[in-house]
Amino acid sequence: MIRPEAQTLLEISDLHAHVEDQPILKGLNLKVKAGEIHAVMGRNGSGKSTLSKVIAGHPAYTVCKGQVLFQGENLLEMEPEIRARIGIFLGFQYPIEIPGVSNLEFLRVATNARREQIGKEELDTFDFEDLVNERLKVVQMDPSFLERSVNEGFSGGEKKRNEILQMALLEPTIAILDETDSGLDIDALRIVAKGVNQLANEDNATLLITHYQRLLNEITPDYVHVMAGGKIVRTGGSELAIELERSGYEWIDSDKNNQEVK
Amino acid sequence: MESPSLVEKIVTKPYKYGFVTEIETEKISKGINEDIVRLISSKKDEPDFLLHFRLKAYRKWLTLKEPNWADLRYPNIDYQDIIYYAAPKTDKKKQSLDEVDPKLLETFDKLGIPLNEQKRLSNVAVDAVFDSVSIATTYKEKLAEHGVIFCSISEAVKEYPELVERYLGTVVPIGDNFFAALNSAVFSDGSFVFIPKGVNCPMELSSYFRINSGDTGQFERTLIVAEEGASVSYLEGCTAPMFDTNTLHAAVVELIALDDSSIKYSTVQNWYSGNEEGIGGIYNFVTKRGQCRGKRSKISWSQVETGSAITWKYPSCILQGDESIGEFYSVALTNNLQKADTGTKMIHLGKNTRSTIVSKGISAGQSSNSYRGLVQIGSKAIGSRNYSQCDSMLIGDQAAANTYPYIRSQQAKASIEHEASTCRISEDQLFYLQSRGIGCEQAISMMVSGFCRDVFNQLPMEFAAEADKLLALKLEGTVG
Repeated sequence: MIRPEAQTLLEISDLHAHVEDQPILKGLNLKVKAGEIHAVMGRNGSGKSTLSKVIAGHPAYTVCKGQVLFQGENLLEMEPEIRARIGIFLGFQYPIEIPGVSNLEFLRVATNARREQIGKEELDTFDFEDLVNERLKVVQMDPSFLERSVNEGFSGGEKKRNEILQMALLEPTIAILDETDSGLDIDALRIVAKGVNQLANEDNATLLITHYQRLLNEITPDYVHVMAGGKIVRTGGSELAIELERSGYEWIDSDKNNQEVK
Repeated sequence: MESPSLVEKIVTKPYKYGFVTEIETEKISKGINEDIVRLISSKKDEPDFLLHFRLKAYRKWLTLKEPNWADLRYPNIDYQDIIYYAAPKTDKKKQSLDEVDPKLLETFDKLGIPLNEQKRLSNVAVDAVFDSVSIATTYKEKLAEHGVIFCSISEAVKEYPELVERYLGTVVPIGDNFFAALNSAVFSDGSFVFIPKGVNCPMELSSYFRINSGDTGQFERTLIVAEEGASVSYLEGCTAPMFDTNTLHAAVVELIALDDSSIKYSTVQNWYSGNEEGIGGIYNFVTKRGQCRGKRSKISWSQVETGSAITWKYPSCILQGDESIGEFYSVALTNNLQKADTGTKMIHLGKNTRSTIVSKGISAGQSSNSYRGLVQIGSKAIGSRNYSQCDSMLIGDQAAANTYPYIRSQQAKASIEHEASTCRISEDQLFYLQSRGIGCEQAISMMVSGFCRDVFNQLPMEFAAEADKLLALKLEGTVG
């Protein structure tokens, strides 16, 4: 929901970033306030995923200009784990498999790292099991997931649900979901979308990165941004996504009135 | 996608055990010849059979060539530039701990091996070896009540010469290989364990080896005998100070398991491995072999190898008794310029013998880590089975991992399985864990201990956590 008086959580200004000398973000601006859901759309290669990785702090991406503030603090100076602990969450497009590391142990260590940061007490194995069993319901996952290695041998849908489970446990202030809808059948998509809606509240914000309207049928964004050439070229309400679905991205290319969001 | 600096930063942490104990040491002159061998024997006041054993070994050694088939390159070792015997200057072996030089007790305290009554580990008996001599053995009386003998090999030579004479050199013959022959000629101290018929050793036994002198070779000798129906679990640990010269360590370990007995031998090896440029560190050339002499006997080797500049080590099992079992569980971690060539030999001679090999190699920095193993099934070993699994993990992009499995079977009714895999800790795996609030060091440590879990599960409980910590320490410094 849009509330003019809400706190600004994320403020990106004039962000330029490159990977292996290849410039990808070229002057991106974005402001996200508490309670809002934003969708970022755009073609492959427009820089959507780069944006999410830069916010989360992936070492392969170098920021050469601009700034990213999270609750007024300079995010770019922080290690990725610090960003996570203070409330940034990136739901990966392709969650990686980590053989040998138990999912349960991983979730517990991650949850406790976040809890410590926000001044909550550490959960021991038993308390954590109670919490995780409760949160499993959000994504309708079977507890047997917990005994496996992180993402190892998970189907595409299971991996994405595991991402949302992590989000439910970490209770981030801002969740960036990078193509969480890709590779999901319609039932899994609904489960994931339901989870995201359930977790959204007036103190946090969600940034959905997606190609398609179909996720936005399940989660209604307050803002839709269209990226092209490494910046946001157009911003509108949820109707913009419907327009895009109908007219395709060529409609953006031909539109002379693309504006930048400040 | 790589940022090696990050990984490098983590795997390059200082060695915690690199201090030197300032203590007066009695050393003999450098070099080796028959007089030196005689001198060592006389210093230890040994019976004739042992002097003959040593001299025979020395003469054999002169005819042998240093092996060069391993994936190890190192400068030539000058065997005349090594001191073959060094001992802290304390008159005789002390009867009680109160008489041991406090500096030595302090040293072991610092290493996390408290020896005095109040602080010593409960339920673990420790034999502490400093350079060439055993300093103290704890819980001896308690063990004696069960008929278990646990003492230094020097003491065993005096107290139980007939046992030593009966078993010494029967599993690793004096001329077995270059390093074993050298050890047989000049071995200094080590542990002796004897578990009589039908006795389950009531506590874990452990030896802790500490090299303190920089120019002294360490040649320890361990002999463990389990009589019919006996069982024992034994662990050795090792550390050394940091010197910029290389120190030679050539040990021999012999295990003998009679009918229905079992010996579990675990090693946590953390000798100084040299600095990041590969200067200094221990050359670790070790012959370890167990013989399942009796029916249904079992020998299990577990090793966590993290130290040494060079590791050449193949703990093996001769499965002679029918239905005997051999096991080898290994984690070998190399970093910087360390080189390890390690593995096992499973020699199946008896019927229905079984062996399991699980080897996990982790290579970081510019190190090289090879698994070399032999599974041999003899013509009479009907119904024998082997399962081998060799996994390698690479950290960073300059480390090397190799696997050399040799399989020889003369028996059609045998089954041999071999699985191998190589993986790599990728920047993306690290980033994934980091993006969930888990620090880089902890992330690597989680992945490495996950990779090693199958082996750690085999270690005695008291030491599994220790091993996990040691790896974490090697990789990150400050855990614990």
